[in-house]
Amino acid sequence: MNPIGNLNKVFESRIRLGVMSVLMVNVNEEVSFNDLKELLEVTDGNLASHLSTLEENAYIKVHKGFIGRKTNTTYSITKAGEKAFKGHLAALEAMIKFNQ
Amino acid sequence: MNEQQHLDSLHDIKRIMERSTRFMSLSGLGGVGAGISALIGAYFAWNLLDGKVLPNRGGGIISYSGDSVLTFQLFLIAGAVLVAALGTGFYFTWRKAQAQGLRVWDASARKVIINLAIPLFAGGLFILGLLYNGYPGLVAPACLVFYGLGLVNASKYTVTDIRYLGYVEVALGILALFNLYNGLLFWALGFGVMHIFYGALMWWKYERNPTA
Repeated sequence: MNPIGNLNKVFESRIRLGVMSVLMVNVNEEVSFNDLKELLEVTDGNLASHLSTLEENAYIKVHKGFIGRKTNTTYSITKAGEKAFKGHLAALEAMIKFNQ
Repeated sequence: MNEQQHLDSLHDIKRIMERSTRFMSLSGLGGVGAGISALIGAYFAWNLLDGKVLPNRGGGIISYSGDSVLTFQLFLIAGAVLVAALGTGFYFTWRKAQAQGLRVWDASARKVIINLAIPLFAGGLFILGLLYNGYPGLVAPACLVFYGLGLVNASKYTVTDIRYLGYVEVALGILALFNLYNGLLFWALGFGVMHIFYGALMWWKYERNPTA
């Protein structure tokens, strides 16, 4: 058995892992781009590219809205994203147990 | 990736999940400051009530209705306590957030404020109603019960100790309701002594060793 095989390549980036962690615990809340930027302490461009990777994998949903005239983009986790993230956590756990 | 990196990512996940849902900068010293403000206020109120109005009723605030000057003075004291308590609470919390390199006003802080404000706002109107109908003796128990419920409600988004402080405040409020002549005593216990106790406890647990 090779537990490393179950680790999700998409979550190897710390930023993508961070985005998923935030969205995972804020299921019914709107998490904005700026909230994520502050929590993860990353630059706009960096965060945007990681978010689009997650979106391409259908792990997150993007909602575009407006506050007055300013755009307000919020993000939420999808069912598939939740499943993938839980799978990744289980794989991490299995791997640590396997190595002990 | 080796095992250490995996452990690091688990640590990251845990930290980010906590930081995105809970406001962790709440300062214990702020609680102590708020408690001291409340005790000073209670002392002044005690002197006002005991000396002039109710020498034979142990300083309870049950039967001063009709004395509008005294009501006004008590309002002034309550207002001053509120400003001093909020001021010290915010100051020490702001200082702690600075030391942690975090912003004070983030999504989790907003959740704490909103969830605390809803029961407090209802409580404030309820107390105005009590005064309007001539039941000043019920003010202290109502303060304690609504404040305690506010804390229990807001504790989902900050340190868990706040939940227990909330339970204690509610219990004191109920007890005060059955000891109306000692309303001020329970008020001082709940807002003064308990804030100092829980503030010191939180300081001991989270702030004593800032590196931990």
